[in-house]
Amino acid sequence: MAGIMSRKDATLFIGFAAVVLLLPILAAPFGAAYPDLLQRFMIFGIFAIGFNILFGLTGYLSFGHAAFFGVGSYAAMWSFKLLSLNAIPAILFAVAIAGVFALVIGYLSLRRSGIYFSILTLAFAQMCYSLAYSVLTPITNGETGLRMIRADPRVLDRLFSEAPAGVPVPSLFGISLSGWNGFYFSALFLLATFFLAMRITNSPFGMMLKGIKSNQNRMNYTGFNTRPYALTAFVISGMLAGLAGSLLVVTDPLAGAERMQWTASGEVVLMTILGGVGTLVGPVIGAWLIKYFENIFSSFNDNVLSSFFGFLPDGAREAAVVVAGKFVGEGWHLSLGLLFVLIVVFLPGGIMEGVRRISSAIRRRGGGRHATARGELSPSAAE
Amino acid sequence: MFEVLFLQFLNGLDKGSAYALIALGLTLVFGTLGVVNFAHGALFMFGAFCAVLFRQLLTLETVTLDPEKLSPWGAPVEIRQPLVQAWFGDVGAVLVNYSVPLSLLLSIPVMLIIGIVMERGIIKHFYKRPHAEQILVTFGLAIVFGEIIKAVFGPNPIPQPMPTELRGAADIGAWLGMQPNVITYPLWRLVYFLFALGVIGSVLAFLQFTTFGMVVRAGMADRETVGALGINIDRRFTIMFGIAAVVAGMAGVMYTPLLPPSYTMGMDFLVISFVVVVVGGMGSLPGAIAAGFLLGILQSFASMHQLKAFFPGIDQVIIYLVAVVVLLVLPRGLMGRRGVMEA
Repeated sequence: MAGIMSRKDATLFIGFAAVVLLLPILAAPFGAAYPDLLQRFMIFGIFAIGFNILFGLTGYLSFGHAAFFGVGSYAAMWSFKLLSLNAIPAILFAVAIAGVFALVIGYLSLRRSGIYFSILTLAFAQMCYSLAYSVLTPITNGETGLRMIRADPRVLDRLFSEAPAGVPVPSLFGISLSGWNGFYFSALFLLATFFLAMRITNSPFGMMLKGIKSNQNRMNYTGFNTRPYALTAFVISGMLAGLAGSLLVVTDPLAGAERMQWTASGEVVLMTILGGVGTLVGPVIGAWLIKYFENIFSSFNDNVLSSFFGFLPDGAREAAVVVAGKFVGEGWHLSLGLLFVLIVVFLPGGIMEGVRRISSAIRRRGGGRHATARGELSPSAAE
Repeated sequence: MFEVLFLQFLNGLDKGSAYALIALGLTLVFGTLGVVNFAHGALFMFGAFCAVLFRQLLTLETVTLDPEKLSPWGAPVEIRQPLVQAWFGDVGAVLVNYSVPLSLLLSIPVMLIIGIVMERGIIKHFYKRPHAEQILVTFGLAIVFGEIIKAVFGPNPIPQPMPTELRGAADIGAWLGMQPNVITYPLWRLVYFLFALGVIGSVLAFLQFTTFGMVVRAGMADRETVGALGINIDRRFTIMFGIAAVVAGMAGVMYTPLLPPSYTMGMDFLVISFVVVVVGGMGSLPGAIAAGFLLGILQSFASMHQLKAFFPGIDQVIIYLVAVVVLLVLPRGLMGRRGVMEA
């Protein structure tokens, strides 16, 4: 391993891989150890890492990344319907289609920067969303969403066998991908994505992207043509979004247009910010936290709350349940929004910056050394 | 054919007015404070819910049981009477009827306070931070505001009736000397358009002809020099933020009869009005107004079935299509200045 990455990176990667693969055990105390949720952890981790390659490294804030996610979902679904229930061709197909979309949208959008870039990506994503809802209904099945049925042609599968009875389930060369198999399948992709992001960050290409983020003009003056690099980052990040979208179809075989809506694009921005923009692990942590709270908080209801506040006297308990009830269950977005505002105001570097601040504070007290280069501790977001 | 086009043009005016009003506020905030406010749509929504709240207050009822009559299944009959009507008689009925325009009176102080609190509380700390962080924090605020409204008023749209006198349609064709009953236009939309023109006119006049407006314009051009002259420019900019909030709020109030307010409307309008601002050119007031009307009218034309036969789905994407084309051809939008918001 020493040949391809430094010792520090290898440790980080091995640690990350250990956490991911042991997640079914580690998440058990939090009540999150079931395959469906953990699979979402993996999928949105991939999505956030991909988004971070564009936003965190290159400094372009895209508000339309959900479009690639949605396109990936639809493409994978069509592969399941037309070609085969095998997940590999579906994923390849989805990544390729998402890549083509990203190439076109990125080529046009990257002609502008700053907020103009954000609005352009938003406009393209909203176009995809509106069209998927209305005119493209033959391809996307509109509001109902696209799902597999037994009567689909599936040409490749039919070469070898008759259509089996029952609901079709995506598989990997005959191994069904439901339950824990699906989780480990997605986990492998998350690890691969993480590895890729790590390699990009440390490569000359990654340095180029960071240069574009900190000062694109100077990069141009030095004689680099920055646009091809930014476009490459955009396409990679779009393809990873497509990969995540296709993996979501494997878990949840229904592709709908709402996955492309701009709120979905906003969600991946939140994940990245919450975890820490421009860091490797941050976006994954952000994605896990948001998906975890979405799942746990939104399942809280008044009964759970009133047993939680059981130690209070009656009147106070009811008041506490009413107030807390606004923040969980249906209202969990309120907590999410508040958390988000607090993070951006007080901790712009996200959770990773918090961790770094705490650890450097401990180190300072322990070793009596001065804090090392505070400047590099505050990752400034894109301008 | 001319009639059809003219009618579509009219139909675009009210939506265009709403876009122009929201974009005007956004541009004021951006031009003065240099802040990209993604929570501006939420202010529009707050305005709309001022109207809802006002009407709910007006129609608070007393419920008394009728001592004499019983309903067919033996339960006592309830008599419901709005308190206002009980207290003021016919005046009360008029108040209820005109609740939407009257709630403008409620919305002005409420929105001013919300705007100033928001600016002093959060936005103030983001003047010097990158635009991306401003976008993110105001985006978070927008989520919070939407959820607060949802927690208080529930998730469903709440329709607001317009005053009975303004429910009909205006025969604009006949006014212009054309055949009667060919070009008719709902009265409330006409009211909304005139109202929008009034608000836009007064904001522009305020900036152009008052001393306060002069100072603000000077501050927009060169904040430091104005500050060095001993003028407290920050306080004036805070007030401008309040005014922008009031403009958005009033736009929201008057829009309620056209679109029942719900907690998602802030986000729905925000996306479009940002497109409007960017098409107009960041920081340009005339650009924002022109682009607002332009996009509203284009959207209306795009929903014509003759056009939809050629380009299916054009009505859904026209705004974004225009945005993409304008941004790619005119890098700074229609009237944007050089060097504003270009990374």
